[in-house]
Amino acid sequence: MAETKTVVGVPVSSAWYGGGSPFAINSKKFGMWLFIVSDTLTFSVLLLAYSYSRLANPNWPRPFEIYPAIAKSTSMTLILLASSLTMVLGVAAAHRNDRAKAVRWLLLTALGGVAFTVLHLTEWFNLFREGYTPWSTPQGVPLFGATFFGITGLHMTHVSIGVIYLVIVSIGYGRGKFTSDDVEVSGLYWHFVDLVWMFVFPMIYLMSVSLAG
Amino acid sequence: MVTHDSGGHHHPPTSFIRKYIFSTDHKVIGLQYYFLALFSVFLGMALSMLMRIHLVWPSAKMPFTPGGQMTPEQYLALMTMHGSIMVFMVLTTAPQSGFGNYALPIQIGAEDMAFPVLNMLSFWTTLLSLIVLVSAFFVNGGAPISGWTAYPPLSALGQIAGPGQGAGQTLWVVGVAIFCIGSLLGALNFITTTVDLRAKGMTLGRMPLTVWAWLVTAILGLLAFGVLLAACLLLLLDRIAGTSFFIPGGLVVTDTPIVSHTGGSPLLWQHLFWFFGHPEVYIAILPGMGVASHVLSTFSRKPVFGYKAMVGALGAIGFLGFCVWGHHMFISGMSPYSAFAFSLLTMTIGVPSAIKTFNWLGTLWGGRIQFTTAMMFGLGFVSLFVTGGLSGLFLAQPSIDLYLHDTYFVVAHFHLIMGVAAIFGIFAATYFWFPKMFGRMLNETIGKVHFWFTFVGVYSIFMPMHFLGLAGHPRRYADTTGVNFLGPLHSVHYFITLAAMITISAQLIFLFNFFYSMKAGQKASENPWNATTLEWSIPSPPPFDNFAGRIPVVYRGPYEFSVPGATDDYIPQHLTPERVGKAH
Repeated sequence: MAETKTVVGVPVSSAWYGGGSPFAINSKKFGMWLFIVSDTLTFSVLLLAYSYSRLANPNWPRPFEIYPAIAKSTSMTLILLASSLTMVLGVAAAHRNDRAKAVRWLLLTALGGVAFTVLHLTEWFNLFREGYTPWSTPQGVPLFGATFFGITGLHMTHVSIGVIYLVIVSIGYGRGKFTSDDVEVSGLYWHFVDLVWMFVFPMIYLMSVSLAG
Repeated sequence: MVTHDSGGHHHPPTSFIRKYIFSTDHKVIGLQYYFLALFSVFLGMALSMLMRIHLVWPSAKMPFTPGGQMTPEQYLALMTMHGSIMVFMVLTTAPQSGFGNYALPIQIGAEDMAFPVLNMLSFWTTLLSLIVLVSAFFVNGGAPISGWTAYPPLSALGQIAGPGQGAGQTLWVVGVAIFCIGSLLGALNFITTTVDLRAKGMTLGRMPLTVWAWLVTAILGLLAFGVLLAACLLLLLDRIAGTSFFIPGGLVVTDTPIVSHTGGSPLLWQHLFWFFGHPEVYIAILPGMGVASHVLSTFSRKPVFGYKAMVGALGAIGFLGFCVWGHHMFISGMSPYSAFAFSLLTMTIGVPSAIKTFNWLGTLWGGRIQFTTAMMFGLGFVSLFVTGGLSGLFLAQPSIDLYLHDTYFVVAHFHLIMGVAAIFGIFAATYFWFPKMFGRMLNETIGKVHFWFTFVGVYSIFMPMHFLGLAGHPRRYADTTGVNFLGPLHSVHYFITLAAMITISAQLIFLFNFFYSMKAGQKASENPWNATTLEWSIPSPPPFDNFAGRIPVVYRGPYEFSVPGATDDYIPQHLTPERVGKAH
């Protein structure tokens, strides 16, 4: 790095000089950010398809009562938010090199993901019983079911993949195979999945609260 | 300082399987992609040949069509698979994943891509998607008939919409979705590699224009394939989970009302598809632009004219590419105001395109031009880019597009610009980098014969199609027998089919040259073209880790040709200032 101050007019101190990451982060973290960018677009398309369908259908149903649907989805939201907090604590512990604590926080985070998924599935089965499926609704607006189950299904898939990812990282980190940076990268993914829910929850649930009763 | 995983990377694998099949070496993966594209392009050409023969001799017996004569549905299946294979497996794969994988890490002075294992997975994902796509031919009902754009409701309804719309269309959707995943992983890898792994001194302003083109293409891929992936998921749900994202209510297909679906919008698919589809056009052509700039500069022995403007134009084309998808939908019933906006934005792309063209001409101007085969294909690229681009200006105007939409004029336009121009970029790259890839030179005489057949051939095929379109000939017609106003145009079809036969046969010349030269070509030196970029500073073919452990330092820009005062007419990027002018 210190061979000369400039090489043909380009200061060696420039972040873009070459020989390393211009953002001073490892490539895995940068790669995860890029993945998040592209996954954002995938979710954006689904939410766009939802908004488009909703505007195009004048009789869009608003089936969710405060209890159980909204109460349940609110507690799911809280669980997911709490799991982001435990994730942050896990990353902080990993950066302090406190392996045992980091693993514990990571597993707690994964547990939050499992709780979220279980609650969500019971919610799904409730809706099935009330006659909501991906291809039909009692109100006769099948697109409600399609968008609801499509979007929450893809999100749930992301949460489930995240749980598996976190378990792998916590085991690997506990055994010293992974570094604290790897823990941080898995944290990026987890916060992203959490953030997606922060769009899904108001758009799908809160905007579909039953106004009649 | 380099923080990527290079542990265990310095000793090459020894077993055949690790070396050539499940390799993580970017050079092997690049070649795997290249051969995948080579197989696909010949498959795609064979399909187009069957279509051309059927158009001219509708009653001809075909070997692959049960019952002898080709049905209109079989023609549409051929067309769908021709388009899908060519766009996804050739035009997206060869220029970016093939040559990009091979040359990008070497050109920026890296030992490999940032994520070698991910790179391997990208290739195997892409191969899987090719297999799934091609298997659509062999299922009950055969390949889908809805075109590479897979417009619903045709593509969403299933078997009732026609043969091939059952299992064939489902395989198509799954194959394309898998392709999206492979491309996303690849794009992520390309961007990270370019940003993080440049050697010391390889500032952004010193990257070869090929690297810039691959970088911009990767960014487009990252943003576009995620959208197509989501669209494919929705289409798949419509097909197998009974949802109605793209299927409107009240639909009647061959007297059967579709009662199980209601409320969806086929237009939603068009928006989503073209939000991907238009950037996809640039994903196919941008690497060709990079290669053309690179090759034109090298063989004019002059720096690229307006390097910064070239980079800016690449970025501008990439950005504008995301703002113009509506120009594919002028006749979909959109508001004339949005059509106007899309039209204006589309024509704006003419500005950076013209900048690029002028700069290519400026690069040639006053140069000492060496007519190598690579150079001729580079010039051919510029020619086809201009010809194909000009017809785009016609189609960009809604009033003219109302007439020309879905005619052969459109077929001529997109084949010239995103098909053949991109293919010429691939050929230029092949003739240019073959010595580096295989350590032997391609035969130049055979190469020039191949060039002239191909150059004259593609113009003979696609120029007359403009006239067919202006005469109102709709595309996708399997047979024009009995369509009175198309009768006089039959001789044009006849000419096109003959030209296609000759052009496709001429590709066997290339194939021969390729495999013959690989075995018995003249041995290539380290730097046979007296070129400047880093890949020409290492042996041909390169060693496993590219630079044998000695990562180069870069001292200057990529195109220092004919520098006044220097003894040689080129100064390689890695040469220290002290060594310039002395024998090297």
